[in-house]
Amino acid sequence: MVQERPKHKWTMVVDIDRCSGCQACVVACQAENNITINEQRDFLQRRAKEWIRIERYWEAIDPSKPAEFPNVKARFIPIMCQQCDNAPCEPVCPVYATYHNNEGLNVQVYNRCVGTRYCANNCPYQVRFFNFWEPVWPESLRNQLNPDVTVRSRGIMEKCTFCVQRLSRARRTIEGRRGKRITDESMTEENLMPACVMACPTGALVFGDREDPKSRVNELLKEHDPRQAKSVAARGYRVLEDLTTEPNVVYLKKVDPHLKKVKAHA
Amino acid sequence: MQERRPLSDVQINKALLRNVLAAPLWFWGLVLLLALVVAAGAGAAGWMFNRGTGVLGVNRPAMWGFLIVNFVFWIGISHAGVMLSAILRLAYAEWRRPMVRAAEVLTVFSLMTAMLMPFIHSGRPWRLAYWAFPYDFARGIFPNIRSALIWDPSAVFTYLISSSLFILVTLLPDIAVIRDRTTGIRHKIYSAMALGWRGTPRQWRLQGIAGILLSAIILPIFVSVHSIVSWDFGMAVSVEGWHATIFAPYFVIGAVLSGVSAVVTLMALMRWLFKWEDHIREEHFDAMGRLLVVIATAWFYFFAMEFMFGLFTLEPQEVALRQLQVFEWPWSALFIIFILTAYFIPVPLWLFRSVRRNVAAMFWISIMVNIGMWLERFIIIVPGLLRKQPFTFVWGSYRPSPIEIIIVAATFCLVALGILLFSKVFPLVPLAEAKEGQILADQIKVGKKTIPAVMREE
Repeated sequence: MVQERPKHKWTMVVDIDRCSGCQACVVACQAENNITINEQRDFLQRRAKEWIRIERYWEAIDPSKPAEFPNVKARFIPIMCQQCDNAPCEPVCPVYATYHNNEGLNVQVYNRCVGTRYCANNCPYQVRFFNFWEPVWPESLRNQLNPDVTVRSRGIMEKCTFCVQRLSRARRTIEGRRGKRITDESMTEENLMPACVMACPTGALVFGDREDPKSRVNELLKEHDPRQAKSVAARGYRVLEDLTTEPNVVYLKKVDPHLKKVKAHA
Repeated sequence: MQERRPLSDVQINKALLRNVLAAPLWFWGLVLLLALVVAAGAGAAGWMFNRGTGVLGVNRPAMWGFLIVNFVFWIGISHAGVMLSAILRLAYAEWRRPMVRAAEVLTVFSLMTAMLMPFIHSGRPWRLAYWAFPYDFARGIFPNIRSALIWDPSAVFTYLISSSLFILVTLLPDIAVIRDRTTGIRHKIYSAMALGWRGTPRQWRLQGIAGILLSAIILPIFVSVHSIVSWDFGMAVSVEGWHATIFAPYFVIGAVLSGVSAVVTLMALMRWLFKWEDHIREEHFDAMGRLLVVIATAWFYFFAMEFMFGLFTLEPQEVALRQLQVFEWPWSALFIIFILTAYFIPVPLWLFRSVRRNVAAMFWISIMVNIGMWLERFIIIVPGLLRKQPFTFVWGSYRPSPIEIIIVAATFCLVALGILLFSKVFPLVPLAEAKEGQILADQIKVGKKTIPAVMREE
């Protein structure tokens, strides 16, 4: 008899208050997912591939004065594919190279992709990356490539997958072999959390299954998601929410003690 | 049509078939020159297939560039055919007669050229059969019909097929004329192509009905093709400045403007190259000029509305985009050139009868309009992408690469080459239409009044 698979809904919570902008997640992602090394040329051509990137903005501490040192403060926001439930990239692909799977992931099928780049145009978060050139690695990095991840040839689109190779490994080992439910603990033990989450030194990135009532993601969402929490201290929001893309990445905004005055004013 | 010099059928045949029966030397020189540029474009495209899409200037915010602009431009040019042959045919505009075939041929070749663009600009063109032709039934993969990129080939290929049929139907009597004037292998080929045309009244009636029917069928396609091209952009929710609801009619009327201008260019070239002063007369340029004033003004209305709708909401994102388009270098310069060449220089000039009747002036103005219309597409497509996201972190710029410029130049030569080769095989001005126009224009005096000698029975 075919056993029904347990349901999953993968979600990430990014606590910006904890993010220090160290870029460890970027490096981890680069290594895990066989992303080519971004050279100066790639950045100059604006073709660098960063499945997760740290956007940095300079902001005035006191908004009434010009934003110059020392009246300046860096803000960071890690942006990766938001795995939108209502993804703008999906309906525009003529060949179904990108579609939504039943675990809430926005999946990219490399073999189907023909490279119209329509999806990248239609992504408001700009997290889709095109392989303009055939990927090459230095000879010394040959053995570093991750065998679980496809090396994408030129002419196709790629993006953050929430480390889908690790998720399927979790399904195989934890669910399949041991017959247990995937939990936060078992995924962390087996090193099956997405690479960026595992690399984050401050714990700003939290990943988990929304279908698992005990997951930390659910806890955080209960406390912070404006759709669930009524508290004033709820810090959750989704990026560009007004586009109704229904992202599966929820951000928790930064706590700015120095802004309290301004807020009280408003 | 008072200005025609009465010509006998023999004179008409002789003049219009001159190039088909014995092409002059310059013709082959021109063909060679154009073929060289087309070959250069093919080489550039081959280089791109070999090296990857990286040789283009496109980058992360601007994933589409010159090639897509060029695609929209050529689809726009293709609207000339229907505008002249179908709409004016159904409206019984007498002056359309010498231009209809040239406009239709322009349609067919510009459609073919236009469809090359999205094909070659994709990352893996050799896989494109997946979406233009749904053949992969074995794996159950059917094209995603929600995507505007599937609507596009469907609409364009429907348009291409119906336009080709239209040309074929209107060509039949002319092919028969050539058949009777050739010998040997050419005679055999033309005989096969003439499908047994003998010019019996029944054949003429059927041919007329087929023409009218095809015109009527092409009309909805005419509206849909460029609407769908505009939806390639309109369907993109996340690109500010691409999703005005007015996009479809705005694109269609813009297409008609550039298409009809291109026909004027073609008319002047035909008049000069083939010495068809008796057939393509100043009155035709005059009529085209009047038509263009109307079209250009309608287009300008839509353009202004689109701009106003964009600014109406005062969304910071939209305002940032308009600011980029109008005030920031180099877009500001392009915008000024575009608005001057597409409307503010040509339309006041077209208001003067002396300008409309000056072939050289009409030629250069029509080229100017198309420079403006090319820039219009560029200014819509690329800045929209550059300011796609409200966050400034990934704002970027775009600069075309030499490969893109060569390919764009080659497309112009490809269309010209296609039309030129067509003119070697078939007459670019329909003989039958010229003769019919001649008959209908004959007038007799009855008492004090001049009336048409032949009444049209419809």
